[in-house]
Amino acid sequence: MRSDVQDKIFDIIAREALRDPAELTTETTLDELGLDSLGLVEVIFAIEESFGVTVPFNANEPGKAEFDISSIGAITRAVEHLLAGTRPAQAVA
Amino acid sequence: MRRVVITGAGTVNALALDVPGTLAAMAEGRSGIGPLTFPEVERLSIGIGAQVRGFDPDMHFDPQKRALYDPFTQYALVAAREAMAMAGLGQVARPEGWGCIMGTAGGGNHTINDAYRAVYAEGRNRVHPFTVPRLMPNAAAAHIAMQFGLQGPSFAVSTACASSNHAIGLAYQMVRGGVAEGMLTGGSEAMLNFGGLKAWEGLRVMSPDGCRPFSQTRNGMVQGEGAGVFVIETLESAEARGAEPLAEIRGFAMSSDAGDIVMPSVDGASRAIRAALDDAGLSPDEIGYINAHGTGTAANDRTECLAIRQVFGAAAERVMLSSTKAMHGHCIGATGAVELLACLMALRDGLIAPTINFEASDPDCDLDVVPNVARAAQVEAVLTNAFAFGGMNAVLALSRV
Repeated sequence: MRSDVQDKIFDIIAREALRDPAELTTETTLDELGLDSLGLVEVIFAIEESFGVTVPFNANEPGKAEFDISSIGAITRAVEHLLAGTRPAQAVA
Repeated sequence: MRRVVITGAGTVNALALDVPGTLAAMAEGRSGIGPLTFPEVERLSIGIGAQVRGFDPDMHFDPQKRALYDPFTQYALVAAREAMAMAGLGQVARPEGWGCIMGTAGGGNHTINDAYRAVYAEGRNRVHPFTVPRLMPNAAAAHIAMQFGLQGPSFAVSTACASSNHAIGLAYQMVRGGVAEGMLTGGSEAMLNFGGLKAWEGLRVMSPDGCRPFSQTRNGMVQGEGAGVFVIETLESAEARGAEPLAEIRGFAMSSDAGDIVMPSVDGASRAIRAALDDAGLSPDEIGYINAHGTGTAANDRTECLAIRQVFGAAAERVMLSSTKAMHGHCIGATGAVELLACLMALRDGLIAPTINFEASDPDCDLDVVPNVARAAQVEAVLTNAFAFGGMNAVLALSRV
């Protein structure tokens, strides 16, 4: 079952990628959706505005594990950690 | 076509408030980047920048005039005075033959910031009566023209981070083509204030901890501010006046990526570099030094190195390349003008400004980036690159006279 956080993130990313949220899964990556660097920055901004959080993200180091953007599921977990005020576990591999 | 030389240079930037101080800092590899100080800086996530320090407007302007000058105009005027003094020009001989082209991205950004703060944040219903003449992007060029009575073509150029190179290039073409006898040209920028930096912060391309161009550890750009202004004229007129040419501008080229609004393209950059060489009648083998755009972002530095390799071929193995932005910060619309000073130092003093903060080599940037320490080297000709948001590229070629 999807959490509220996940629903909102699906909506944000679907809107940015011009897709139907039903097409997305937690395994979907932003690359697959064709989101470029500007699209990614807009997604991050929308997440910050929707959830009232500050996302640690530098476009020069998108792969840094501090905020994992490797899939929609990873983004959801990272936002849940931000909301809980905890640091996410470092991504393995 | 007429030969065009630089006979005067002036600057205000975070390294120094004049050319000798700036060149000394570049020779030492000193950085002007430090903690930012201005109202509400604590609300920014980025707390560092290359701010101009110790600049006292009262030393340079009477209070009535000063009320008309945003800091970007103040920097430009002080730099222009230094350039005119170095060129040995009090006034120009034929005012209608001279003009001024200045680059800027933000224009009077402090004035905009202050006026918005007054009406939106403080709820006041009135702004300073000179708000418009202070904020307009052509204010710096206009005040320089007024100060020195330049009655020919004057205007402002705004191509983000390439503004200065576009301005200098256009001024060069005017003098070369006979439209003007001489020009004052360069760029000026002052947007280190809360609103100016908040906008940049949103793009998430700035480094929180330092500018490390071409280094594997780079993580973004660091903003600077300031101005650079040059007196350019025909070689003939310089010789007739007995003025010493500092360097000759040999060529200029522009290109547009026509691709992405922020991501640079190898093709657009390499077309500008190649066309500048062609315009100058120089081959890659003759270029000893390239002042890089070298912003310290992941994308620019990789793209720029690829573009240089593409144009230079085997000559890329021995050309020296450095980004001085790690010292004076990214001065946006003024950056090409401040960086032209490093080119003058290379050509005149045989000293190549270093790329400081270089920590680890990046296979994507495997050129000689003159890491950390200035290098003595005799060079005959140089290039200076500027690649702007908007995909607008401008490259100048210069040589010893």
